[in-house]
Amino acid sequence: MTFESELAGGRFCIPECISCKKTVWPPAPRCSHCLGRVRLQDGNHTGTVIEFSKKENEYFCMVEFGAARIMAGIKHSPKVGQKVRVCRCGIRDGDYYFEVE
Amino acid sequence: MTRVAIAACGIIPFTRNDQSIESALLESAADLFKSSQVDRDSVDAVLVSTNSNSKYLAPILSETAGLRPDTAHTVENLCNSGTNAMVSGYSYIASGLADVVLVSGAERYDSPGQVLKWDRSRGSFMHPVFWASMLAKSYKRRFSVSDEQLAMVPVKNHRHARDNPNAISKKACSIQDVMESKKITDDIRLLDCSRSCTGSASILLASEDAARGLCKEPVWITGIGQKTTSAGFTKNESLSSLESTRIAADAALHMAGHTPKEIDVAEIHDAFSVCEPMALESIGLCGSGCGADMVKHLYDTESRMINPRGGLIGSGHPLGATGIAQAVEITQQLRAKAAKRQVDGARIGLVHNMSAAGTSSTVLVLER
Repeated sequence: MTFESELAGGRFCIPECISCKKTVWPPAPRCSHCLGRVRLQDGNHTGTVIEFSKKENEYFCMVEFGAARIMAGIKHSPKVGQKVRVCRCGIRDGDYYFEVE
Repeated sequence: MTRVAIAACGIIPFTRNDQSIESALLESAADLFKSSQVDRDSVDAVLVSTNSNSKYLAPILSETAGLRPDTAHTVENLCNSGTNAMVSGYSYIASGLADVVLVSGAERYDSPGQVLKWDRSRGSFMHPVFWASMLAKSYKRRFSVSDEQLAMVPVKNHRHARDNPNAISKKACSIQDVMESKKITDDIRLLDCSRSCTGSASILLASEDAARGLCKEPVWITGIGQKTTSAGFTKNESLSSLESTRIAADAALHMAGHTPKEIDVAEIHDAFSVCEPMALESIGLCGSGCGADMVKHLYDTESRMINPRGGLIGSGHPLGATGIAQAVEITQQLRAKAAKRQVDGARIGLVHNMSAAGTSSTVLVLER
């Protein structure tokens, strides 16, 4: 079970180090702090919008989940500081995608 | 440690031409040797800076340019490749492994280096315009800067580019033109963007002893600073300042024994409009939050102190050639050979080159 295999199934899991418990981000097979092995944290993570913009009719934003950050699409005009969850994610044509609400 | 000089330069016009990477490299190297009369047998090492997928480019350049170096290899580090290759060449000389190093950078308009595929935390927002939108929005919010204020960057840099015969931009634009140009996102318009293009630039580095025999006007690399804070854009701690640039500039200025106030002329990595004020602040050329005011002052006074060749926005951005082209411009400025672009009395110059939303930066201080 890897971040990518879970993402391919539509599940957003944040990796953490088995040894030092730090978040490993971007996802990698080893922790960048202690080089320990990594496992995935289950859960419906709540993130915070830290910045956003819009391309044509599509809003996009940077969302922070503790030490992990992603760029995600969002349907409605967001606000900085807004709490969001990943509602859709996966791998399309080899590229990751994330949507939050 | 021996001092290292820039002994000769070569550059070709930046275009949207469908020229091979090998041909572009050869043309800028030929310009260097034809304009300097440097003996090609003196070259110990050839470094090629590029993001091209073409292989073995340094040996190919060596063969086609009639060079027989001991060392020949490529340096790739996205948009920062050019100055990284120069620092590698500097290191070969400073360590005594080489006396004379040719550093040639080139890119094609369709370079694969425009998108960092590895950085998948960007999700479906991989293109640089998305990180630029985040920086622009954050910078404007934090310092109460308007789109019109940021638009002064491309107006100024396109104006400068008109006096640069190698720039891709040939026409001036107004603030209104920028504001009315195609809206790529809510925070980035078409004229806020540097343009991928085909281009090449070359520089010849030499040890102090070799430089004295190769040229009359050596320009010395007196300061080098580099910093990599991450590879992924989402790891940037701040969206309104450039941490890697701040650290690299501090190191380069410390090595050169200068303060930001002593810089007479600088080439700044304005991949997008917002990058210029952010870089000015991070280098220390103005205070935090004062970058847009400094741009306005440069715009109002028609000063050429920053980006006299037109920066990336005016000149074009052939990734692997950009850092070298910036150094070529500062060398010409310090030799008082920059024609209409000349900053009077320029003695100390600075080059700022960075990659991937400022996750890594290189700053060079050059002096006569």
